[in-house]
Amino acid sequence: MKIAIIQFGGTNCDMDVLHVLRDVVGVDAETVWYKEESLTGFDGVVVPGGFSYGDYLRAGAIAARTPIMDSVKKIAAEGKPVLGICNGFQILTEARLLEGALTTNEYPKFRCHWTSLRVETANTPFTSKFRKGEVIRLPIAHMEGKFYAEEQTLAELDENERVVFRYVDEKGRPTDKANPNGSLENIAGIVNASRNVLGLMPHPERASESILGSDDGRRVFESMADYITENF
Amino acid sequence: MQYQATVRIEQKAGMLDPEGTTARRALGHLGYAVESVKTAKLYEIVLEAESAEVAKQKVDEMCQKLIANPIIHNYTIELKEFD
Repeated sequence: MKIAIIQFGGTNCDMDVLHVLRDVVGVDAETVWYKEESLTGFDGVVVPGGFSYGDYLRAGAIAARTPIMDSVKKIAAEGKPVLGICNGFQILTEARLLEGALTTNEYPKFRCHWTSLRVETANTPFTSKFRKGEVIRLPIAHMEGKFYAEEQTLAELDENERVVFRYVDEKGRPTDKANPNGSLENIAGIVNASRNVLGLMPHPERASESILGSDDGRRVFESMADYITENF
Repeated sequence: MQYQATVRIEQKAGMLDPEGTTARRALGHLGYAVESVKTAKLYEIVLEAESAEVAKQKVDEMCQKLIANPIIHNYTIELKEFD
């Protein structure tokens, strides 16, 4: 098994993801510069966070239109898991691999702190190691994280259990106060219709070792690795 | 022929404009009571095309593909000959 971690100009969470995959989860992973065109030989992709292209135009807009993204789309079409974290989530929506858009936080400030999240479904390649309804802790760090989608899309996401994480309070309630950015329906992460592409604003790679305050994020990568082992 | 397109990108109706809201509040602090402040982005694109029609079509394509995000934005294009 080998997982690709895509690097764009301005990506800055790539080495954290590499560390977690290699040293914590113990799987083979490699960084891939965006000018590479092929992802042959890879069984999964992580699009990590950062500020690709200075967030010019819109966060993720330019990265989404680089040639490597055609290969990421191919990998996704093959059913292999693709995980977008933070700026990676923004890139996946801009590339139309995921619906909706990430817009400026309701209170337009960069927010960097821990959040509580409720796992809304264990039925994805990224959450099989969680329990539905479980409350976990992952940090966020973003200014454009407000999830927006048209009503019809929101209904579709809800109906098919495609919302994977919601911002909640410690008791698991999706309150306004627990919503750090004004995301519609407290949405923090969604999957595509075939469930193998996940985007989320919080950073699982920053919470994969207990010494960092939480190791809940590790199970996202472990679930992904298990899914690859079982299917590819 | 060279043309200059002025592309104006704004949020769709009903979307929040936190930057505009914050600017309105700050104007209030300065003693200006304004009804609303809305932000928009402006792009000036100079391009070569056979006709104004072709130029506009190309710029529209650019907006659809990159400059705007049709999920959250409306845009207008104004075109003039560039000298």
